[in-house]
Amino acid sequence: MIKRIVLSFLLLICNYVLFAQGMADEMRSNGKIYVVVAVLVTIFIGIILYLIRLDRKLTKLEKETKINH
Amino acid sequence: MNVPVREVIQESIRNLYYHVSMWFTMMILFTVSVVNAVKYLRTNDLRFDNLSRQYAVVGIVFGVLGYCTGMIWASFTWADPNNPASASFASIAKDPKLIGAAIALLVYFAYLVLRDSIEDIDKKARISSVYNIFAFALLFPSIWIIPRLLDSLHPGGQGNPALNPKDIDARMRMVFYPAVIGWTLLGVWIVSLKVRMKNLKEKTFYK
Repeated sequence: MIKRIVLSFLLLICNYVLFAQGMADEMRSNGKIYVVVAVLVTIFIGIILYLIRLDRKLTKLEKETKINH
Repeated sequence: MNVPVREVIQESIRNLYYHVSMWFTMMILFTVSVVNAVKYLRTNDLRFDNLSRQYAVVGIVFGVLGYCTGMIWASFTWADPNNPASASFASIAKDPKLIGAAIALLVYFAYLVLRDSIEDIDKKARISSVYNIFAFALLFPSIWIIPRLLDSLHPGGQGNPALNPKDIDARMRMVFYPAVIGWTLLGVWIVSLKVRMKNLKEKTFYK
Protein backbone atom coordinates (compact mmCIF):
# COMPACT_ATOMS: atom_id res chain seq x y z
CA MET A 1 0.00 0.00 0.00
CA ILE A 2 2.69 2.47 1.11
CA LYS A 3 4.81 1.36 -1.83
CA ARG A 4 1.99 2.22 -4.22
CA ILE A 5 1.52 5.63 -2.66
CA VAL A 6 5.25 6.35 -2.90
CA LEU A 7 5.35 5.13 -6.49
CA SER A 8 2.40 7.20 -7.63
CA PHE A 9 3.83 10.21 -5.83
CA LEU A 10 7.14 9.77 -7.62
CA LEU A 11 5.45 9.39 -10.99
CA LEU A 12 3.48 12.54 -10.27
CA ILE A 13 6.69 14.44 -9.52
CA CYS A 14 8.35 13.11 -12.70
CA ASN A 15 5.35 14.17 -14.72
CA TYR A 16 5.37 17.59 -13.16
CA VAL A 17 9.07 18.14 -13.66
CA LEU A 18 9.12 16.89 -17.22
CA PHE A 19 6.03 18.36 -18.79
CA ALA A 20 4.59 21.29 -16.87
CA GLN A 21 5.38 24.34 -18.94
CA GLY A 22 5.09 26.95 -16.19
CA MET A 23 7.50 24.92 -14.14
CA ALA A 24 9.81 24.67 -17.15
CA ASP A 25 10.25 28.46 -17.32
CA GLU A 26 11.03 28.48 -13.62
CA MET A 27 13.60 25.72 -14.12
CA ARG A 28 15.28 27.66 -16.93
CA SER A 29 15.63 30.87 -14.90
CA ASN A 30 18.86 31.95 -13.19
CA GLY A 31 21.08 30.04 -15.60
CA LYS A 32 19.20 26.75 -15.07
CA ILE A 33 20.57 26.36 -11.55
CA TYR A 34 17.26 24.83 -10.40
CA VAL A 35 17.98 21.85 -12.64
CA VAL A 36 20.89 21.10 -10.31
CA VAL A 37 18.51 21.39 -7.35
CA ALA A 38 16.07 18.97 -8.99
CA VAL A 39 18.88 16.50 -9.67
CA LEU A 40 20.12 16.72 -6.09
CA VAL A 41 16.62 16.17 -4.73
CA THR A 42 16.16 13.16 -7.00
CA ILE A 43 19.37 11.53 -5.83
CA PHE A 44 18.57 12.30 -2.20
CA ILE A 45 15.05 10.85 -2.44
CA GLY A 46 16.35 7.82 -4.33
CA ILE A 47 19.02 6.95 -1.80
CA ILE A 48 16.76 7.63 1.19
CA LEU A 49 13.98 5.42 -0.23
CA TYR A 50 16.52 2.67 -0.85
CA LEU A 51 17.85 2.92 2.70
CA ILE A 52 14.30 2.87 4.10
CA ARG A 53 13.67 -0.34 2.17
CA LEU A 54 16.87 -1.78 3.62
CA ASP A 55 15.75 -0.74 7.11
CA ARG A 56 12.40 -2.52 6.63
CA LYS A 57 14.13 -5.73 5.59
CA LEU A 58 16.40 -5.48 8.60
CA THR A 59 13.43 -5.00 10.94
CA LYS A 60 11.79 -8.09 9.48
CA LEU A 61 15.00 -10.03 10.00
CA GLU A 62 15.24 -8.87 13.60
CA LYS A 63 11.71 -10.07 14.28
CA GLU A 64 12.48 -13.48 12.76
CA THR A 65 15.62 -13.79 14.89
CA LYS A 66 13.64 -13.05 18.04
CA ILE A 67 11.16 -15.83 17.25
CA ASN A 68 13.95 -18.34 16.70
CA HIS A 69 15.66 -17.72 20.02
CA MET B 1 33.15 27.93 -6.75
CA ASN B 2 33.45 29.25 -10.29
CA VAL B 3 32.64 27.07 -13.23
CA PRO B 4 33.32 27.42 -16.95
CA VAL B 5 30.45 29.03 -18.86
CA ARG B 6 28.91 26.87 -21.57
CA GLU B 7 26.13 27.93 -23.85
CA VAL B 8 23.26 25.50 -23.44
CA ILE B 9 23.81 24.03 -20.01
CA GLN B 10 24.80 27.28 -18.24
CA GLU B 11 24.89 26.90 -14.46
CA SER B 12 23.54 23.37 -14.71
CA ILE B 13 27.10 22.29 -15.58
CA ARG B 14 27.32 21.64 -11.84
CA ASN B 15 25.23 18.53 -12.44
CA LEU B 16 28.53 16.97 -13.46
CA TYR B 17 29.22 16.30 -9.79
CA TYR B 18 25.97 14.34 -9.45
CA HIS B 19 24.79 12.90 -12.74
CA VAL B 20 28.21 11.91 -14.07
CA SER B 21 29.49 10.61 -10.76
CA MET B 22 26.40 8.37 -10.53
CA TRP B 23 27.50 6.64 -13.74
CA PHE B 24 31.14 6.48 -12.65
CA THR B 25 30.04 4.88 -9.39
CA MET B 26 27.88 2.42 -11.28
CA MET B 27 30.81 1.43 -13.49
CA ILE B 28 33.12 0.98 -10.51
CA LEU B 29 30.56 -1.10 -8.59
CA PHE B 30 29.84 -3.28 -11.64
CA THR B 31 33.59 -3.81 -12.10
CA VAL B 32 33.97 -4.93 -8.49
CA SER B 33 30.93 -7.15 -8.99
CA VAL B 34 32.44 -8.93 -11.99
CA VAL B 35 35.77 -9.34 -10.16
CA ASN B 36 33.92 -11.06 -7.33
CA ALA B 37 32.02 -13.23 -9.81
CA VAL B 38 35.31 -14.43 -11.27
CA LYS B 39 36.67 -14.98 -7.78
CA TYR B 40 33.64 -17.14 -7.00
CA LEU B 41 34.15 -19.22 -10.12
CA ARG B 42 37.79 -19.77 -9.17
CA THR B 43 37.25 -20.64 -5.53
CA ASN B 44 33.60 -21.77 -5.23
CA ASP B 45 33.38 -19.66 -2.08
CA LEU B 46 29.81 -18.40 -1.66
CA ARG B 47 31.01 -15.26 0.13
CA PHE B 48 32.30 -13.91 -3.19
CA ASP B 49 28.99 -14.72 -4.82
CA ASN B 50 27.16 -12.71 -2.16
CA LEU B 51 29.54 -9.79 -2.63
CA SER B 52 29.14 -9.96 -6.40
CA ARG B 53 25.36 -9.86 -6.11
CA GLN B 54 25.22 -6.94 -3.68
CA TYR B 55 27.70 -4.88 -5.71
CA ALA B 56 25.57 -5.43 -8.80
CA VAL B 57 22.37 -4.39 -6.99
CA VAL B 58 23.81 -1.17 -5.60
CA GLY B 59 25.40 -0.50 -9.01
CA ILE B 60 21.92 -0.78 -10.53
CA VAL B 61 20.55 1.66 -7.94
CA PHE B 62 23.20 4.21 -8.91
CA GLY B 63 22.57 3.53 -12.60
CA VAL B 64 18.85 4.19 -12.18
CA LEU B 65 19.61 7.39 -10.27
CA GLY B 66 21.99 8.40 -13.07
CA TYR B 67 19.25 7.76 -15.58
CA CYS B 68 16.64 9.77 -13.64
CA THR B 69 18.99 12.71 -13.14
CA GLY B 70 19.96 12.59 -16.82
CA MET B 71 16.26 12.63 -17.69
CA ILE B 72 15.72 15.82 -15.70
CA TRP B 73 18.89 17.46 -16.98
CA ALA B 74 18.12 16.64 -20.61
CA SER B 75 14.56 17.89 -20.45
CA PHE B 76 15.79 21.40 -19.57
CA THR B 77 18.86 21.55 -21.79
CA TRP B 78 18.42 19.44 -24.93
CA ALA B 79 14.67 19.85 -25.00
CA ASP B 80 14.03 23.29 -26.40
CA PRO B 81 10.44 24.59 -26.48
CA ASN B 82 11.31 26.91 -29.39
CA ASN B 83 12.60 24.11 -31.59
CA PRO B 84 9.91 21.70 -32.85
CA ALA B 85 12.47 18.98 -33.64
CA SER B 86 13.40 18.61 -29.98
CA ALA B 87 10.46 20.22 -28.21
CA SER B 88 9.82 17.57 -25.61
CA PHE B 89 11.63 14.86 -23.73
CA ALA B 90 10.00 12.23 -25.95
CA SER B 91 11.67 13.65 -29.05
CA ILE B 92 15.16 13.55 -27.57
CA ALA B 93 14.82 10.14 -25.90
CA LYS B 94 15.98 8.41 -29.10
CA ASP B 95 19.56 9.45 -28.38
CA PRO B 96 22.01 6.52 -28.80
CA LYS B 97 23.65 7.16 -25.42
CA LEU B 98 20.30 6.94 -23.66
CA ILE B 99 19.39 3.72 -25.42
CA GLY B 100 22.82 2.20 -24.77
CA ALA B 101 22.56 2.98 -21.07
CA ALA B 102 19.03 1.58 -20.99
CA ILE B 103 20.23 -1.68 -22.58
CA ALA B 104 23.09 -1.94 -20.09
CA LEU B 105 20.71 -1.47 -17.17
CA LEU B 106 18.14 -3.92 -18.56
CA VAL B 107 20.86 -6.56 -18.93
CA TYR B 108 21.65 -6.10 -15.25
CA PHE B 109 17.93 -6.27 -14.34
CA ALA B 110 17.89 -9.60 -16.15
CA TYR B 111 20.82 -10.66 -13.97
CA LEU B 112 18.66 -10.20 -10.86
CA VAL B 113 15.68 -11.96 -12.43
CA LEU B 114 17.84 -14.91 -13.50
CA ARG B 115 19.52 -15.10 -10.11
CA ASP B 116 16.42 -15.05 -8.00
CA SER B 117 14.60 -17.57 -10.17
CA ILE B 118 17.04 -20.40 -9.36
CA GLU B 119 16.42 -22.26 -6.12
CA ASP B 120 19.58 -24.29 -5.76
CA ILE B 121 22.23 -22.16 -4.05
CA ASP B 122 25.33 -23.48 -5.86
CA LYS B 123 23.64 -23.55 -9.25
CA LYS B 124 22.35 -20.03 -8.67
CA ALA B 125 25.80 -18.78 -7.75
CA ARG B 126 27.51 -20.42 -10.71
CA ILE B 127 25.00 -19.44 -13.40
CA SER B 128 24.66 -15.88 -12.15
CA SER B 129 28.44 -15.46 -11.92
CA VAL B 130 28.82 -16.53 -15.53
CA TYR B 131 25.95 -14.27 -16.56
CA ASN B 132 27.55 -11.42 -14.63
CA ILE B 133 30.64 -11.72 -16.81
CA PHE B 134 28.49 -11.57 -19.96
CA ALA B 135 26.56 -8.60 -18.60
CA PHE B 136 29.82 -6.79 -17.90
CA ALA B 137 31.08 -7.59 -21.39
CA LEU B 138 27.88 -6.06 -22.77
CA LEU B 139 28.64 -2.83 -20.96
CA PHE B 140 31.52 -2.25 -23.38
CA PRO B 141 29.52 -1.97 -26.61
CA SER B 142 26.40 -0.51 -25.08
CA ILE B 143 27.82 2.33 -22.99
CA TRP B 144 31.42 2.75 -24.11
CA ILE B 145 31.71 1.96 -27.83
CA ILE B 146 28.42 2.51 -29.71
CA PRO B 147 27.62 5.90 -28.14
CA ARG B 148 31.06 7.12 -29.24
CA LEU B 149 30.46 6.01 -32.83
CA LEU B 150 27.07 7.64 -33.34
CA ASP B 151 26.07 11.28 -33.34
CA SER B 152 24.51 12.27 -30.09
CA LEU B 153 23.29 15.29 -28.19
CA HIS B 154 25.11 13.94 -25.19
CA PRO B 155 28.65 15.32 -24.81
CA GLY B 156 31.57 12.98 -25.19
CA GLY B 157 31.16 11.78 -28.77
CA GLN B 158 34.57 13.14 -29.74
CA GLY B 159 36.46 11.87 -26.72
CA ASN B 160 35.66 10.90 -23.19
CA PRO B 161 32.40 12.15 -21.73
CA ALA B 162 32.97 14.44 -18.73
CA LEU B 163 36.75 14.30 -19.07
CA ASN B 164 36.94 16.37 -22.23
CA PRO B 165 38.83 19.66 -21.66
CA LYS B 166 36.26 21.38 -23.91
CA ASP B 167 33.56 20.54 -21.36
CA ILE B 168 35.22 20.93 -17.97
CA ASP B 169 38.37 22.52 -16.60
CA ALA B 170 40.76 22.05 -13.69
CA ARG B 171 38.48 23.83 -11.21
CA MET B 172 35.72 21.36 -11.88
CA ARG B 173 38.04 18.37 -11.81
CA MET B 174 39.08 19.37 -8.32
CA VAL B 175 35.51 18.82 -7.16
CA PHE B 176 34.56 16.10 -9.59
CA TYR B 177 37.15 13.44 -8.73
CA PRO B 178 36.60 13.62 -4.96
CA ALA B 179 32.85 13.53 -5.67
CA VAL B 180 33.27 10.29 -7.61
CA ILE B 181 35.29 8.81 -4.75
CA GLY B 182 32.71 9.97 -2.22
CA TRP B 183 29.72 8.53 -4.08
CA THR B 184 31.61 5.29 -4.61
CA LEU B 185 32.36 5.03 -0.90
CA LEU B 186 28.68 5.63 -0.16
CA GLY B 187 27.87 2.77 -2.53
CA VAL B 188 30.45 0.51 -0.90
CA TRP B 189 28.99 1.32 2.52
CA ILE B 190 25.48 0.33 1.37
CA VAL B 191 26.94 -2.85 -0.12
CA SER B 192 28.63 -3.71 3.18
CA LEU B 193 25.32 -3.22 5.02
CA LYS B 194 23.59 -5.53 2.57
CA VAL B 195 26.32 -8.16 2.78
CA ARG B 196 26.21 -8.18 6.57
CA MET B 197 22.43 -8.44 6.46
CA LYS B 198 22.58 -11.40 4.08
CA ASN B 199 25.11 -13.16 6.31
CA LEU B 200 22.85 -12.64 9.32
CA LYS B 201 19.88 -13.97 7.37
CA GLU B 202 21.74 -17.13 6.44
CA LYS B 203 22.83 -17.65 10.01
CA THR B 204 19.27 -17.44 11.29
CA PHE B 205 18.05 -19.65 8.46
CA TYR B 206 20.34 -22.55 9.36
CA LYS B 207 19.74 -22.34 13.07
